[in-house]
Amino acid sequence: MKGPIASGAILLAGMFIFLKFILPLLTAPLPASLIYLYLAITLSGIMIFGTMSASSLESLMGPIFRFLSGKGQSGAGQMARLAVLVLFPLLVGWQTYTTLAPSDLPPGENRTIHPAPPGEFVGLSNPYPKTPENIMMGKGLYAAYCSPCHGANYDGKGPAAPGFNPPPANFSDPGTIAQLQEAYLFWRIKKGGVGLPVEGMPWKSAMPRWEVELPEEFIWKIIMGEYDGAHQSPRTWEEED
Amino acid sequence: MKSAGQLGPATVVQGMNRMSGFLKLASFFALLFLPALAMAAGGAEIQAMSVEYRDVPGIGSRNLVWIVAQQHLLLAGFVLGVPIFAWICELVGWKTKEPRYDKLAKEFTKLLTSAYATTALFGGILLFLLIGLYPKLMAYLTDMFFPSFLVYCLLFLLETATLYMYWYGWDYMQGNKKAFHLFLGFLLNLFALGIMAVPNSWATFQASPVVVGDGDAWARAWMAMQNPTWMPVNIHRLIANVVLGGFIVGAYAGIRYLLAVSQEEREHYDWMGYVGNFIGVFGMLPLPFAGYWLMREVYQYNQQMGITLMGGFLAWLFILQAMLIGVLFLGANYYFWMGITYRIPGSENQYKKPIMAMLVVLLLCLGVWMTPHSLVASLAEAQKMGGTHHPLLGVFGVMSAKMTVANIMILVTFMSFIMYWRAGKQETAVWAKAAKAVMGALLVIGGVAVIVLGVWGYFVPAIIRINYFSVAQVLIVLFIMVTFTPLTALLMKSAKTTTEMVWGKMPIRAGYSLVLNAVMVILLMSLMGYARSSSRVHWHIYGVMRDTSEYAFSPALGYAAAFMSLNTFVYCLLVAFIFWVATLGDKAKAQQPKGPLADVPSGAAPAMAGGAPSSSEAIESGILENHK
Repeated sequence: MKGPIASGAILLAGMFIFLKFILPLLTAPLPASLIYLYLAITLSGIMIFGTMSASSLESLMGPIFRFLSGKGQSGAGQMARLAVLVLFPLLVGWQTYTTLAPSDLPPGENRTIHPAPPGEFVGLSNPYPKTPENIMMGKGLYAAYCSPCHGANYDGKGPAAPGFNPPPANFSDPGTIAQLQEAYLFWRIKKGGVGLPVEGMPWKSAMPRWEVELPEEFIWKIIMGEYDGAHQSPRTWEEED
Repeated sequence: MKSAGQLGPATVVQGMNRMSGFLKLASFFALLFLPALAMAAGGAEIQAMSVEYRDVPGIGSRNLVWIVAQQHLLLAGFVLGVPIFAWICELVGWKTKEPRYDKLAKEFTKLLTSAYATTALFGGILLFLLIGLYPKLMAYLTDMFFPSFLVYCLLFLLETATLYMYWYGWDYMQGNKKAFHLFLGFLLNLFALGIMAVPNSWATFQASPVVVGDGDAWARAWMAMQNPTWMPVNIHRLIANVVLGGFIVGAYAGIRYLLAVSQEEREHYDWMGYVGNFIGVFGMLPLPFAGYWLMREVYQYNQQMGITLMGGFLAWLFILQAMLIGVLFLGANYYFWMGITYRIPGSENQYKKPIMAMLVVLLLCLGVWMTPHSLVASLAEAQKMGGTHHPLLGVFGVMSAKMTVANIMILVTFMSFIMYWRAGKQETAVWAKAAKAVMGALLVIGGVAVIVLGVWGYFVPAIIRINYFSVAQVLIVLFIMVTFTPLTALLMKSAKTTTEMVWGKMPIRAGYSLVLNAVMVILLMSLMGYARSSSRVHWHIYGVMRDTSEYAFSPALGYAAAFMSLNTFVYCLLVAFIFWVATLGDKAKAQQPKGPLADVPSGAAPAMAGGAPSSSEAIESGILENHK
């Protein structure tokens, strides 16, 4: 097969196969929203490149226009055109129906993972110095209270983790605690899942409200231990000496 | 007089039709007086300062202010952005003694004068609405900023007077008087800068208020003006106004190009479209840096506000932003690439591979930029991923990745422009080979360095990434831009033209792509305007004056997106109307009998990096006509 239409179709199909079937062999499967996004970007690339010049436009769109206009077609060509003209609206209709039809599936996840903290937690700083003793104490407290869910390796894979949805946060991921200030963690640990604002969906987190069991000193030291154990640094506005 | 029963059916229908027309007219006028209804809603008795809010029935006070404020801001963006490049164009025309630049600058200013009155009109409507609907807030702001109101009025008077002299004195102030005309253009921009900066301080004070100490009214106003986000917003808006102005002028040229009937018109508007796109792109290149600085200041001012914007419920707006910026980058590059293949005959095969490589890089970067941190996933999908963060692609969701791809997209767009500049020319300088090798090496080293810093950014504390790595990435890209531009200009100075650039040969989709770029930039400004404003959540003045009205909630994102689209649509209609009015004179002129049209001229001059129709015939027939 030659020509830009065939190349474009092969590229799109290859992209789909890679995202849908090959990538999950290496890592977790991608959600459909991301697959569609990447396919849309690929398609826009094909269209942009295919319409860059008069000759490329003719190569890409000429056969499509001629096919759809039906000029000079007979027999199988005519039948194929008719089939496309009938099947395409049906496909669009089917897609619309499946999107809008009532379903017993829960709606797509739209939870804000890092909602803004309440005002009283903004600007707090860890009142305890980062001494080896304090960090060690924090790690010990972490092992006792946090590691069953968040894991001894700070990777969110504690023995209790499989029982939760959403799963406990992976602190070694640079997209979690490394993006946040210590005050944010203090808020999350102290108030737990029930203390989340609405956009954070308080009913979707099993994080305990630790303020009822731990004094603030323990929470601050756990934060120190977490960062140190996960080899991450809290977000700050001042560089440490 | 007949009663209704005495009328025939046809008469009744006619009467009803007429009635319906009257009703429509009445409804239209009623709409204009909507704010007056607010007075009624406030009660008949004079409530003076006890009234905190008034509402507008139906649409609601917040929505009405949202629409009017957005229209005013977009119009103001155009009115403040256009004089910058109109003046630069005039300056280039004066220095190079090429009248086509003067003609272009005059055409830009013509659009400006038409839009100026509408901008002021919307500003006035906005002010009345704010005073009427939010009296408590306005009383506070007036108390805080009154001296700056006076400065604003003075600047407005000066700006108006200067604009009148600049526009109406254009033809008069040619020759020896041109220097004075240019000085007027400089003053116009100076006053415009002030007109933008003063109200910015009011809006930024609402988002990032500071403690105002003791002092007289002037001192207090000045202290309030110097709030943390004032300067970043000033810079961001200044650049964004140039981008908006450039792309809207490009869209205007695109539409005129599509409507052109003569070859001469096609050439002129093809060139104008190119210049508009060029201005838009060059403004767009530093814009992400300014945006980054603004967000940094927001985070530093208040972590809560920063997280609301970029991690909280407004974070999805930044994915939309990525999509719109991506389309804008693609659209601008697409126009450049089409310029190469259509304006430089025979160059298609030569540039096919570089264009494909640039396109692939841009699309890869767009893919990364658009990948959210928390993915939209069904319950089953989230369970398979182990949450809404994908273990592999989740890393694309954080700033280190976004900054890296934004820098690379800027770099690619810049190289697109350089490629366009060099297309159809052969360097003759003896040092050309060495210069090209240096540029190639710099590009590769710079690109690799940007990526390395981006990846490294995951492994260092956030403050190191923000303060050093991100800044280094920006500086690398800027270094490449400031090195390549003069080097290429020097190379092109002695270059031999191998293929003449032919203007007026672009396909119609080029005109549409210019319109698309303008729509994207309007949508983008509507989107980010909403983001900036709604980051205050339920505060009129963040942490100082709480919104206690019935609208003290953030609208759902879908609702907000619909309003942004409505604002974009209304603005496009307004701009179309203004431009239509501005070009009525041209149409009358075009209907006058003319001599035979000039033949296709060839643009040999590397004007504005790309050449322009500069044959004497075109200038004689096109520009001198305008100066008669």
